[in-house]
Amino acid sequence: MHTLTVSEMSAGLRARKFSSLELTLHLLGRIERLGPGLNAFVTVTADRALADARAADERNAKGDGGPLTGVPVAHKDIFCTDGILTTCASKMLSNFVAPYDATVVRKWRDAGTVLLGKTNMDEFAMGSSNETSFYGPVRNPWDQTRVPGGSSGGSAAAVAARLAPIASGTDTGGSIRQPAALTNLTGLKPTYGRVSRYGMIAFASSLDQAGVLARSAEDAALLLEAMAGFDPRDSTSVDTPVPRYTAELKQPLQGLRIGLIKEFFGEGLDPAVERCVREAIALLQREGAVVKDVSLPSLPLSVPTYYVVAPAECSSNLSRFDGVRFGHRCEQPKDLLDLYRRSRGEGFGEEVKRRIMTGTYVLSAGYYDAYYLKAQKCRALIAGDFARAFGEVDVVLSPTSPTAAFKLGAKTSDPIAMYLNDIYSIAANLAGLPGISIPCGFVNEAGTELPVGLQLVGPHFGESRLLSVSHQYQLRTEWHKRAPKGYA
Amino acid sequence: MSLTRNQVEGIARLARLEITEAQMPVYVDRLSRIIDFVEQLAAAETADVEPMAHPLAQQVQRLRPDEVTETDQRDKYQHNAPSVAAGLYLVPKVIE
Repeated sequence: MHTLTVSEMSAGLRARKFSSLELTLHLLGRIERLGPGLNAFVTVTADRALADARAADERNAKGDGGPLTGVPVAHKDIFCTDGILTTCASKMLSNFVAPYDATVVRKWRDAGTVLLGKTNMDEFAMGSSNETSFYGPVRNPWDQTRVPGGSSGGSAAAVAARLAPIASGTDTGGSIRQPAALTNLTGLKPTYGRVSRYGMIAFASSLDQAGVLARSAEDAALLLEAMAGFDPRDSTSVDTPVPRYTAELKQPLQGLRIGLIKEFFGEGLDPAVERCVREAIALLQREGAVVKDVSLPSLPLSVPTYYVVAPAECSSNLSRFDGVRFGHRCEQPKDLLDLYRRSRGEGFGEEVKRRIMTGTYVLSAGYYDAYYLKAQKCRALIAGDFARAFGEVDVVLSPTSPTAAFKLGAKTSDPIAMYLNDIYSIAANLAGLPGISIPCGFVNEAGTELPVGLQLVGPHFGESRLLSVSHQYQLRTEWHKRAPKGYA
Repeated sequence: MSLTRNQVEGIARLARLEITEAQMPVYVDRLSRIIDFVEQLAAAETADVEPMAHPLAQQVQRLRPDEVTETDQRDKYQHNAPSVAAGLYLVPKVIE
């Protein structure tokens, strides 16, 4: 049952081939058996899952269930879940029981999904390898000595290992797409404003966006439909109709104009990764897509721009963690300043403190213009490059990540090397554009097969096109169906 | 090293973060590397460029009617507080 996609589970539930309770018990059993080795979950919500499943079975029996009624899901532990521990993988929130549901959680719940648990992640979503979690690193099911990517690494590992058919994630600089690439999944980051940020613990508010990690584009479309839409509780939510993404998957590849981002096929890209991506491009071309090179000359500024903008926003957002109303508090504070400094010093991990300090510095008097204002101007250049490209092509294509999954610990002592993992994914966040990563092959590293992803980025609210191109590609390839050994 | 120990101590003070003696050299080193890295933005030509604070420039802040939409849930919220009494959040003495 665990090998079924969401669409297949939905059909099976509808046809009474199995109940949601059977499905849920089966997956909970896998999570118990296989979850700890991967460290994919912070909290497994078994009781809640069984209650959800029973309620779903009743709804389905009465015939008033929807396509997702009874389908099990997992949420990244960045989403607030009413009455359930919500840690953001930080010591700071290791005792925080959310008093309400995030909009994404509420919407999936209203659709009848079953909550299996909350997945591990980089602390406050700050990381590209899932090694900054207070709860320890997540391991990649394709090779447990390697990282699953981050920050949505627990969601990626859980879906790749068939512990959950689909999971939510968030993407501030690549945190859905990069782990999707490293674990052979389809990872969609929607347009900024497409999915509500309400109840999603903030990292960098002008970049954060919720999305999904799925085993197919079809599944991603199904769950995006259930999570997208206007929310008055998010001041940057956009009030524009949600298309029937699943109905638009049939759009043909014929005539599709694809731009290859010249700047992202150069130095630093692993040649074996490039070969996989080039083969996928050749296939799309054979199927009628028109491919050309496009130059976005400001894109090499993406990573340094991001590492000014994101820390600046993080330093403001994380000032709420003061040890007063919620979160970690130090022992025996001698005065208010001591309370703040020690609660924050003890509650945050090293990477989070580093980013708060970077942000504090670039926003401080005398440096604001040189760093923050300058980065905002570079951000405008990057957005302008994309706008020009979308005058010529429908989508732009590149690798998702310059290499396949790397070894645990390989980059933890060098922040810049870690930051450069997201070299191809960050630009879409700066411009607020939707992006998707889909499996496109495997590389062999010392006898281990590791998955490779390619990334498509489209214009604002162009999710339908990204999903249909991905779906059409997946109808013609088998890469996305491969499961890691021991988890099939 | 683009940042001095003195500067990093100042940043930590502003950010209300305690950094231990033992950790301080690591922060000086890594923060310096990050600042050196983002320094490359200085070379970008941005003379006539409008700064971009938000990805959806056309988006305007919405207003809502001035009506009560939230109910009192103090007890629920205080459940997560480290120290409360009689509905108040307790902190160390602020005024002598």
